[in-house]
Amino acid sequence: MAITRDEVLHVARLARLELDDEEVEKFTEQLSAILEAVAKVSELDLADVEPTAHPLDVLNVWAADEPRPSLSLADALANAPEREAGFFKVPPA
Amino acid sequence: MIDTLRLTAEEGLDLVERREVSAAQLHSAYLEAVAKRDAELHSYLRTVDEADGDGIPIAFKDLISTRGVETTAGSKILSGYVPVFDATVATRCRDAGLSLLGKTNMDEFAMGSSTENSAFGPTLNPWDPERVPGGSSGGSAAAVAAGLAPWALGSDTGGSVKQPASLCGIVGLRPTYGTVSRYGIVAFASSLDQIGPMTKTVRDCALLYRIVAGRDPCDTTTVQLPEPVEIPEREDLTGVRVGVPRELNEAEGIQPGVKELTERTIELCRELGAEVGETTLPRSVEYGLPCYYLVAPAEASSNLARYDGARYGLRVEGGDGVRAMYDRTRDAGFGDEPKRRIMLGTYALSAGYYEAYYGQAQKVRTVIADEHAAAFEDFDVLVSPTSPTVAFKLGEKAENPLAMYLSDVLTIPSNMAGLPGLSIPCGLSGGLPVGFQLIGPQFSENTLFHVGHALEKAIGFDVVPRRLQ
Repeated sequence: MAITRDEVLHVARLARLELDDEEVEKFTEQLSAILEAVAKVSELDLADVEPTAHPLDVLNVWAADEPRPSLSLADALANAPEREAGFFKVPPA
Repeated sequence: MIDTLRLTAEEGLDLVERREVSAAQLHSAYLEAVAKRDAELHSYLRTVDEADGDGIPIAFKDLISTRGVETTAGSKILSGYVPVFDATVATRCRDAGLSLLGKTNMDEFAMGSSTENSAFGPTLNPWDPERVPGGSSGGSAAAVAAGLAPWALGSDTGGSVKQPASLCGIVGLRPTYGTVSRYGIVAFASSLDQIGPMTKTVRDCALLYRIVAGRDPCDTTTVQLPEPVEIPEREDLTGVRVGVPRELNEAEGIQPGVKELTERTIELCRELGAEVGETTLPRSVEYGLPCYYLVAPAEASSNLARYDGARYGLRVEGGDGVRAMYDRTRDAGFGDEPKRRIMLGTYALSAGYYEAYYGQAQKVRTVIADEHAAAFEDFDVLVSPTSPTVAFKLGEKAENPLAMYLSDVLTIPSNMAGLPGLSIPCGLSGGLPVGFQLIGPQFSENTLFHVGHALEKAIGFDVVPRRLQ
């Protein structure tokens, strides 16, 4: 199962990665080889098997509905590359 | 004079308790060892000058959030990030009096098996600095092996505690999924990630597991341990049923020296009184690796979506607004391996491919869990080599992602089923350590500690790398 250059560009766009030409070429080759290896899972007929999303049977875990301290505004913004008036600041869309 | 090369955590705790040394003295002794030996090995990304506890020190893999101490997960995209809260495991260690010695190097976002994927340069193996320490918890493994920390925490998604423990000649536990909190851990693949102890002895491993394990209200995937952690004492294996899965022990690529030491250790189980028998995991080993490389990247592609340059970490701006900032920040901030896995995961989850890849992999996961459960009807533990090879040379697999992925072929299957696994050193092959893997049913850590401890005593492995003696 080979992945094409166009598919790599499409996936990179979905994943919000701006790849340069060299990366696109390298990843097309490497991802093709990896996809070929992982496609092995399709050899098995598992029509009647239930999927496992999580290794433990843990269901409906509720937290007590009690207020507790959360991060202060200063802490929440402490690592922001840019901030203004108590907000994270980003370039305009 | 404290010999940090030999001191176990248990001995250190004893010295502190008897007031023969202070916490501050012990902390300084390790920092001196770091100053002396870590310029070569690069097991730490940063150290902490002052002891902040009254017990012994500990090192954390750099994906464990530590309030006020930079936490990068080995990535440029988190360079300069200083957490404003502690991970639950950090809180538990602090509550137990342990002082943070420093943060250890790792493959970026725990993606790798050699620590060469760190954005801050590789860690070298204390047994042979031309070789890798394994990964992704290579910094923690090298630090413990070289006497630069009495013990450390790592994290294991596909084998990232067990494999570096094996390659560095120390003990490493990947706990049962859900027994150790992931709150405050930089996430890679949430249904697989587990924090685990990396230590010189099995008893140290049990002591540290006892400190970090247990339900955490901040991580709803955690559960209460069904029984208290026992520090192992028994040195015989009478009544223990040891299963040898054919596929894990005859997998392609297992080096002859590794195979020989594994067989000798299995023989030792018999001599110690265990009943040993052959068993089988017909599809778990063959399909485990492909299953893992669909599930883990899919989860990673979602978890790593948060790194966008908006709220913390690196930001690279273009001239074209917020979208360009996202794209450029992520391209500049992530190394090749996270990019590969984000793309692989995004592809496997995308419309038209979801069922064939991710959906099918989740079903394979059920098959793997069922096969292990069947084997545990007849056996208490399953054994195999931890890694098919001893430590390999730096650069040997760096250009071939698939070859690197094979380093975890023996650790991945049980991880997919959420099972605990312990790696203990079982000897040297060509002067390099070989690890022996013990796998148990969920919540069987006490059995793994018992068997691991009995073997450790019988093997008498000297954990100090020969070139440092």
